[in-house]
Amino acid sequence: MPGKTGINWFYYAAPQTFYPLAGRLIPVFAVLAALLAVWGLYIGFFVAPTDHQQGESYRIIFIHVPSAWMSMFLYVTMAFWAGLGLIFNTRLSAMMASAIAPTGALMTFIALWTGALWGRPTWGAYWVWDARLTSELILLFLYIGFMALQAAIDDPRRADKAGAIIALVGVVNVPIIYFSVQWWNTLHQGASVSITRAPTMAKTMLLGMLVMALAFWMYSIAATLARLRPIILERERRSDWARELLGKGT
Amino acid sequence: MLKILAAVIRRDLLLAFRQRSDVLNTLFFFVVVVTLVPLGVGPETNLLRTIAPGVVWVAALLAAMLSLARLFASDHADGALEQLLLSPEPLPLLVLGKAAAHWLVTGLPLTLVSVVLSIQFDLAADAALVLAVSLALGTPVLSLIGAVGAALTLGLRGGGVLISLLVLPLYVPVLIIGAGAVEATAAGLDAQGYLLLLAGMLLFAAVLTPWAVAAALRISVE
Repeated sequence: MPGKTGINWFYYAAPQTFYPLAGRLIPVFAVLAALLAVWGLYIGFFVAPTDHQQGESYRIIFIHVPSAWMSMFLYVTMAFWAGLGLIFNTRLSAMMASAIAPTGALMTFIALWTGALWGRPTWGAYWVWDARLTSELILLFLYIGFMALQAAIDDPRRADKAGAIIALVGVVNVPIIYFSVQWWNTLHQGASVSITRAPTMAKTMLLGMLVMALAFWMYSIAATLARLRPIILERERRSDWARELLGKGT
Repeated sequence: MLKILAAVIRRDLLLAFRQRSDVLNTLFFFVVVVTLVPLGVGPETNLLRTIAPGVVWVAALLAAMLSLARLFASDHADGALEQLLLSPEPLPLLVLGKAAAHWLVTGLPLTLVSVVLSIQFDLAADAALVLAVSLALGTPVLSLIGAVGAALTLGLRGGGVLISLLVLPLYVPVLIIGAGAVEATAAGLDAQGYLLLLAGMLLFAAVLTPWAVAAALRISVE
C-alpha cells in the first residue's frame, strides 16, 4: 500500500522490518544527541552571560527545562502510541509505548532533581509546593503507575491494552491535574516563585536551552529504540526471523 | 435503559446488604483514620479546624480506594462478570450501574458520617455542611475513576497496592477542589465555585469513565 510519496509507511510497522532499522537508527540519534549536548553545554557554561539576579546557579536550566519539556512530551507520545496500538491492534506501537515509559520517567525525575538543586539557592528550599513542581511530581506517579501495571500483567497483549487505557485516562487527566494544582497553589499563597516573572531571557540562553532540548530529544529517541529492540526480540522470540537472528548470535 | 440501570444497582445493593460487614468495615476504616489524626498531631482546636478538610478528604480517598477491589472481584470469581459482558445491554451502562451501587454503599455512608466527624474537629456548621456537600459530589467521582483502576487490575497479583498506584494520582483534582471548598467556607469565602467544579467533574467522569471501564473489563476478562 504505497503512499503518494512512494514510501511504504506500513513497511516498517512490522516488528521484523523495524528491528534492523532501529539498530541502524540508534547510532545516528546517539551521535546527534552527544554532539548537540556538547554544543548546548558549551553555550550554557561558557557563552551564556551570568544572570544578574540568580548568578551562576541559573545555568542548571540548560538541563532542567529540556528535561521538563521532554517529560511532558514523552507522556503524550507514549499515550499516542499506546492509543494507536489499542485502536489498530498494531504490536509495534504498543511495544513503543512501553519502551518510552522509562525514559519519560527518567526525564521527570531529572526535572524534579535539578529543580530541587536550583530551588535551594534561589528560593532557599529544595522543595516548595509550587504548581509546576507538584504537577511534575504527579506526572512521575502516572509514569510509575503505567510501568507498574504493565509489569504486573504476565500476558503481554493484555499488558499492552491495559497500559494503553491507563495512559489515555492519564492524558485526559493531566490538564485537569495541572489546572487544579495551579489553582490550589494560587489560593494558598501568591505566585511568589513564578519563573515567568524573571527578566526576559538573553538570546544565547534561549539558544542554549533549545539546543539542549534537541539533544534530550535525540537522546530520548536513541534510548527508546535501544529499549525497543530487546522488547521486540522478546515478544517475537517464537517467530522464524527472531530465531534465526538469535541463532546467529550464539 | 433506566430499568437496566436500576436492575444492576438493585442487584449490587442486595449483594452488599447480604455481606454487611464489608460495607461497615469501609465505614469504620474511615472513622478510625480520621480519629487517629488528632491523636497524632495533638488536640489543639485551631490546628484541627485548619487540617480537618484535608484529613477527612484524604481518609475518604483511602476508604473509597480500599473498597474498590470488591467492585468487580467477586463477580469475576463467580462468573457473573462474564455474563454481564455477554449481555446484549450496553456495557458502559451496566458499569455505570455498578459504580452507582458502589457509591451508595461507600461514598454515601462516608458523606453522612462526615457530619458527625466534623464535630470532632470543631468545624463551624456551614463548613460542616459544605464538607458533606463536597463529599456527596466528590465521592461518586472517586467511585467512577476507581472503577477504571479496579477493572484494569482485575485478577492481578498485588492488585490492591497496584490500584492505589494507578488511581490515587488521578484523585488529586477531586481532593484539591473538595478540600478547597471547605477551606474557603471556613475562611469566610463563597464555596459555590468549588462545588460547581466538583459537579462538573462528576458529570465529566460519569460520561467518560464508563467507556474506559467497559474497555478495561473486556481486556481483563478476554
